[in-house]
Amino acid sequence: MLYREAGDFKTSYRDDGQTFPIRLDRWGYYAILAVAFLVVPLVIDSYWANAVLVPFLIYAIAAIGLNILTGYAGQVSLGTGGFMAVGAYAVYKLMIALPAVPIIIHILLAGAITAVVGVLFGLPSLRIKGFYLAVATLAAQFFLVWLFNKVPWFYNYSASGQINAPERTILGWAVTGPATTASAKYLICLVFAVVLAWVARNLTRGSVGRKWMAIRDMDIAAEIIGVNPLTAKLSAFAVSSFFVGIAGALLFAVYLGAAEATEAFGINKSFLVLFMIIIGGLGSIFGSFAGAAFLVLLPVFLKNLLVVQLGWPTDLAAHLELMIVGALIVFFLIVEPHGLARLWQLAKEKLRLWPFPH
Amino acid sequence: MKLKLATVALGALMAAAPAMADLVVPNLSYRTGPYGANGTQYADGFNDYFTLLNERDGGIGGEKVQTPECETAYNTEEGVECYEATKGSGALVYNPLSTGITYQLIPKVSADKIPLYTPGYGRTSAKNGKVFEWVFNAPANYWDGASVAVKYLLDQNGGSLEGKKIALIYHNSAYGKEPIRTLQELSRKHGFSLTELPVDPPGQEQKSQWLQIRRDKPDYVLMWGWGVMNQTAIQEAANIRFPMENFIGIWWSGSEVDVKPVGASANGYKALTFHGVGTGYPIYEDMKKFVIEPGKASQGGQFVGSVLYSRGMYAAVVIAEAIRKAQELSGTSNITAAQLRDGFEALEITPERLSELGLPDFGPEIRMTCDNHGGSGMARLQQWDASAGKWTLISDFTQPDQEVLDPLILEDSEAYAKEAGISPRC
Amino acid sequence: MEFLYASEILLNGLMAGVMYSLVALGFVLIYKASGVFNYAQGVLALFAAMTLVGIMEGRVPFAHLLGAVFGIHVSSFGWTVPGAVAILLTALVMVGVAIAIEKLVLKHLVGQEPIILFMATIGLAWFLEGLGDVMWGADVKVLDVGLPQGISETVETLTNDWLGYGFFIDRLDIWAAMIAAVLVAALVGFSQYTKQGRAMRAVADDHQAALSVGISLQFIWIMVWSIAGFVALVAGIMWGTKSGVQFSLSLIALKALPVLMLGGFTSIPGAIVGGLIIGMGEKLFEYFIGPMVGGATENWFAYVLALIFLVFRPQGLFGERIIERV
Repeated sequence: MLYREAGDFKTSYRDDGQTFPIRLDRWGYYAILAVAFLVVPLVIDSYWANAVLVPFLIYAIAAIGLNILTGYAGQVSLGTGGFMAVGAYAVYKLMIALPAVPIIIHILLAGAITAVVGVLFGLPSLRIKGFYLAVATLAAQFFLVWLFNKVPWFYNYSASGQINAPERTILGWAVTGPATTASAKYLICLVFAVVLAWVARNLTRGSVGRKWMAIRDMDIAAEIIGVNPLTAKLSAFAVSSFFVGIAGALLFAVYLGAAEATEAFGINKSFLVLFMIIIGGLGSIFGSFAGAAFLVLLPVFLKNLLVVQLGWPTDLAAHLELMIVGALIVFFLIVEPHGLARLWQLAKEKLRLWPFPH
Repeated sequence: MKLKLATVALGALMAAAPAMADLVVPNLSYRTGPYGANGTQYADGFNDYFTLLNERDGGIGGEKVQTPECETAYNTEEGVECYEATKGSGALVYNPLSTGITYQLIPKVSADKIPLYTPGYGRTSAKNGKVFEWVFNAPANYWDGASVAVKYLLDQNGGSLEGKKIALIYHNSAYGKEPIRTLQELSRKHGFSLTELPVDPPGQEQKSQWLQIRRDKPDYVLMWGWGVMNQTAIQEAANIRFPMENFIGIWWSGSEVDVKPVGASANGYKALTFHGVGTGYPIYEDMKKFVIEPGKASQGGQFVGSVLYSRGMYAAVVIAEAIRKAQELSGTSNITAAQLRDGFEALEITPERLSELGLPDFGPEIRMTCDNHGGSGMARLQQWDASAGKWTLISDFTQPDQEVLDPLILEDSEAYAKEAGISPRC
Repeated sequence: MEFLYASEILLNGLMAGVMYSLVALGFVLIYKASGVFNYAQGVLALFAAMTLVGIMEGRVPFAHLLGAVFGIHVSSFGWTVPGAVAILLTALVMVGVAIAIEKLVLKHLVGQEPIILFMATIGLAWFLEGLGDVMWGADVKVLDVGLPQGISETVETLTNDWLGYGFFIDRLDIWAAMIAAVLVAALVGFSQYTKQGRAMRAVADDHQAALSVGISLQFIWIMVWSIAGFVALVAGIMWGTKSGVQFSLSLIALKALPVLMLGGFTSIPGAIVGGLIIGMGEKLFEYFIGPMVGGATENWFAYVLALIFLVFRPQGLFGERIIERV
């Protein structure tokens, strides 16, 4: 009763083709957007921004990117950390080299540069498949991180190889650098997340997305019915890397403010983002958000619970946290291998009948 | 939905956090992850000293000191999370024990106006207080360490290193790369040749580096390592029978955990340090009486007196002295972070004061001013005695070569000032 | 002279390769028998080594947890256990871990996609990592089961007499090579000549067919994971002796992955040959090309080598030929 998919009649093709064709979905979406844009920036403080919301939004972008590649096009990648590093270093070099250009353009360009690098490392996917490809993408991970660590040009010859984000503004508001307010950080990430999610949603339900899914389900069969695996796979790598690059640029410029390739963009990052999409749900934009929220919130939540509430020693808490997160991942995979997105779908189905279950 | 539920739950939790009225010195520690074994001991020493002050003296100037601990796992993002989580509680000073997290926090503490104290690590050029108003790295930094090591070698060689070969084996990260610039300058000045051998973290595989050392036969090897890299390097050095007395590590490569796994063959290995080691100081009598025996020691007091424990304690001593100074200057016992910064800038720790604290000759004399946030930079050497299982000090506190270091610090800090748009003060 | 140096590097590379193979072996065993790409293999090695040290030193498991939550402060039983006995006990613990993994995880994931199983093993890796630390503490532990370490003087004097230059070979590496040889021989013998071994190969070939002739999948999986646990124990002993038992030990899994790519996920000889090629290749590359590009190439070189190799042979050196049908 509460959630209805029926009775929502469309009278034009335009209506039928909109991003959220079901009215309730659309309203919910507008409501969330309104809260996110109008309410949250007013109440947000720097703890909530820096510990929860900003990382959540940034990882959501990265997760959407990886989901396009892994969830929609079926190419497992463990190179996310490396591609994020490309975005971060690209945006750093652009910010330093062209201070007059608006930061938004820099971030988009950083995404584009990452897309090119992604295509380069995506080329072997035409020959290599499955786990072999997953491990092969680790080559990108290790090589890129090494490169940024080793070539002084990338970090402007600083003594330690660290990069620092200088202050840049949008309409007079600082969005990078130490003077940035919590709400400015949050808003710029939110804008990117919303726009990119919208792009991803529309890409994946169009012909490009269908080609990706055909490749995912069986690439030989897809080739036979006329999908070009070269363009389909490489476009997936390009789009995915674009998203991941933007996430990396935001992570460095807006969130961290300073970064070092080996530390901030290591292999753990690749695994973290992969977990987000597995827990959230492969092949689902909503799932990318849900997975990112889950894995950003859970450690913060556990830490607060064990250390602040129960007063346990921090190391014990950290070890238990590892165990709990690990066990939860296994638990989730056993109970619902299709992730939180699937749970959400089931909930909607329940809501459709509620309160009369039969 | 899930998000909202979790948010609500989390909000409830956050609200229930206790309000803090005392002096708050957060301890951003790491007891897990690749460097957890090192971080644990440091954090214990840091906690125990403040516990001692609370138990024995009732705090500093009558105010109890709290050290809420937050686990960073040596990870920059968790470090930021910890910083944000603790700064609202009236945090006075941060000491994250990670060069990566330090770089992360420098712009943040400058904006939030909270001092950052990074003894022996972090950004070297933060010594220049004109640019880095909120960052302090006394008593010594990496460049001081490099210079003191070279000075020691000069001493050993009758004042000349002409034609000698020195190899630097380093952790391939921000931390490990720090000394390169100084060592290059020094090699030009003293005429030794420098070979750089990077080791990718974590550093369990160093065979090719050590084979190269075996072949090139450098006269000395310096090491900037951390975590498992230290043990592996010392083990490999022993394997190729490199004379241990010619192998010198930075202070982060010179603790018990680094040499003990190697056993007897680590005997004679040297490392820099800027503080004493062992339980032979009078303060440990009080420590025993007020902290260890009543069972109040951090994590059971397993590591009391170890190198990293002593270093954590030393950091706590300096912070406590700065707090005292700040209380004296401001005339109030419940100081703010800004007042603490003034305390740091007027801080003087004389040898007499150290003796009063029960730590005679434990650290070098520290005198900080508005433009000098790094103190004298003095350090000394210690050597591992494997049969006795302890470190012994083998040299006195030595001044680094400020002639070489000062211009480098000026150059690097000015580059930062330009990048970040800071106009120098003082 | 240059040639001699290069051959020294080459020999040491081969030795390092053996160490990588030891880890890779565990991966291959499990992948072959159950199609699970077991990321937790590195953590298994860490866990095994921690348990071994804990048993040898008579540490009380969960001491820290007991202290913090219940206020019971005990850290040691006060006895020490000799190495051989401790290894045996640890092997039993690893069997226990294998049974637990089968009962609690794998059983519930039968028939899932490989990626899901892979993710489950990563979750498992996190869990075991936390468990190991909670059980035995996160300090650096010294592992000494009596394996020799340091330069082999016999090799050095011999080569010095013959070639005029003493080669450096680590005695631990020589031992590792011998142990690896015995291990591989034992594994091959087991899988070729015993009933259980044949059953294992049957399961590897085809789960369904194996089930239909009455082979218990459950038993085979427990067995394979136990064997992999034992292999992990051997790898853990080798690596732990080298650089102490601590968290970083779990990262050796990353060294084994390119070995697997090169050798093929399904081939035991592949793991050995792959390890040798990778070990040799990365050391020679670091030696010849490393200084030109700034060094520290070892982390990525293996992956890039394997990647280039795979482009020409997508199933690895000895992997089963991939046949695709629509």
